[in-house]
Amino acid sequence: MNLLLLLDMAAAGGGDEVALQVGDDQLSAAELLSAVWRAGELVDGASAVAYVGTNGLGFPVGLFAAAAVGAPFVPLNYRLSDDQLDELLGPLGDVVIIAEGGRVDALAARGHRVLEGDRLVAQARQGSGAGEVPADAEHPAVLLHTSGTTSAPKAAVLRHRHLTSYVIGTVEFGAADREEAALVSVPPYHVAGLANLLSNLYLGRRIVYLRQFEAEEWVSTVRREGVTHAMVVPTMLARIADVLDADDAGLPSLRAISYGGSRTPSTVLQRIMDRLPEVAFTNAYGLTETSSTIAVLGPDDHRAARSGDPVAVGRLASVGRVLPTVEVQVREGDVAVAIGQPGEIWVRGEQVSGEYRGLDPSLDPEGWFPTRDRGWVDDEGYLFIEGRSDDTIIRGGENIAPSEIEEVLLDHPDVAQCAVVGVPDEEWGQRIAAAIVLEDGADADADGIRDFVRQRLRGSKTPDEVTFVDELPYTETGKLLRRVVLSSLLTPS
Amino acid sequence: MQLRPGLKLNSAVSDAQVVVVKAPAGEVELACGGWPMLAEGEAADAAATIDGSLGEGPLLGKRYADEDLGLEVLCSRAGDGALTVDGRVLPVKGAKPLPSSD
Repeated sequence: MNLLLLLDMAAAGGGDEVALQVGDDQLSAAELLSAVWRAGELVDGASAVAYVGTNGLGFPVGLFAAAAVGAPFVPLNYRLSDDQLDELLGPLGDVVIIAEGGRVDALAARGHRVLEGDRLVAQARQGSGAGEVPADAEHPAVLLHTSGTTSAPKAAVLRHRHLTSYVIGTVEFGAADREEAALVSVPPYHVAGLANLLSNLYLGRRIVYLRQFEAEEWVSTVRREGVTHAMVVPTMLARIADVLDADDAGLPSLRAISYGGSRTPSTVLQRIMDRLPEVAFTNAYGLTETSSTIAVLGPDDHRAARSGDPVAVGRLASVGRVLPTVEVQVREGDVAVAIGQPGEIWVRGEQVSGEYRGLDPSLDPEGWFPTRDRGWVDDEGYLFIEGRSDDTIIRGGENIAPSEIEEVLLDHPDVAQCAVVGVPDEEWGQRIAAAIVLEDGADADADGIRDFVRQRLRGSKTPDEVTFVDELPYTETGKLLRRVVLSSLLTPS
Repeated sequence: MQLRPGLKLNSAVSDAQVVVVKAPAGEVELACGGWPMLAEGEAADAAATIDGSLGEGPLLGKRYADEDLGLEVLCSRAGDGALTVDGRVLPVKGAKPLPSSD
């Protein structure tokens, strides 16, 4: 099934209702579809349509216009330099770039065909366009670069059938009521930004875009627009809680928050759940290569944890159960392990791509995709993620998940942020190094920190080294860049 | 007819249109209002009229499925005439609500 069919259906079923808005600029699904046909004429002939910008109407217009002309859509991080963009765009051939005003001239000077996003949308909205939805489902719909927290970013290939399978398998067409509005503040180059657009359009839920996340604007937009649903990454949750602490107004319209994108510290989750007792929380776990969400810990699980049920409290640290349309298997090497045993997480399903541009497909012959995340599944199917396989520290033959040590460190009152990595060691293979950002005014020392961990975990999981740093490197969506932490620890300052 | 995922089929008797989501291995006859549905380019029988006794036509965005056959279609255009497979009415697939993750 082609992505454009989802928009075509939304246009047929959506009437005059606003489907998307950025500030005062609004589009119904039918207006979007008409603009897409017109924009398709402007990008026709391109081998790919890139998008370099914050959230704006140019994003949905560009995505579906690319589908209309059979070219892949390539949202890129707008924080990349022109040189970095060139490196990613180079292999894609004759690309048309949809960019924000500030970038247009510099990119055009490098020989690219560049369309200014807002101008493209304005032009595409003139008159009305029409066309035939392509039948193609096999062609790449979106090339999405992975976060690259452990290695250089790769371009995941998401074909039309992957994305449409995800949407059709997880949401019911037109099921949103008229009051529903989703606030989308995750960046357009993140798979959650793509999934938010497609799911909400298909649900018939009005999408309110923030160009970029900013906590005060997020809170004021929820209040002003009567936002009912929002997806956020964990770093946003902490900042939202800070803003909510400033007054007692709360967020009365908000019904549901889903969070995901990286591990959520339990302290952060507890704080936002306490601050928003009426809101239904969902933890979503997924990867770029799996067309976003593959497992969810739903509102019922969060409610059970709120009531203090110890099993449910423990499961708050899980990512819930896989979707009915997805299968999961935990393996050590090639062999599936018993329930409760840790190993590498493999998944299978129609939304799972596992394919990278220019590389061999990573699926095994039975269609299973190695997520390169480690974890385990409990006896009721709850999936617990320990972290990336590549991040696992092997110290003296023992596998150690950095996340376990980091959770303990975050419980230390003086620790604001931390990163645990394995550094090469002649005796142990790897030794455990912790880089720590202290709370303002705190004066903990390395020995005190190590004692704190030793009392809670065993000696082999106590950091061999503790380094205090001013800040840690994170991606825009709050993922720790471990390879940067490691290389800075290995480079004496 | 032999179905395959992604195949778009039009009603011979109304505006109804479906897209195949899951296709059975063997041939089946998928019909709307009592008349076989048409792939792109296939012409409708001039004599075709809706058999209303079969029930209501498909609704936009609903999925219709026969789990035993391994057949599932998505209605991409609403229209008159009930969907049938090999003469049996194809029931609407119950929505299994999932927690909203987007």
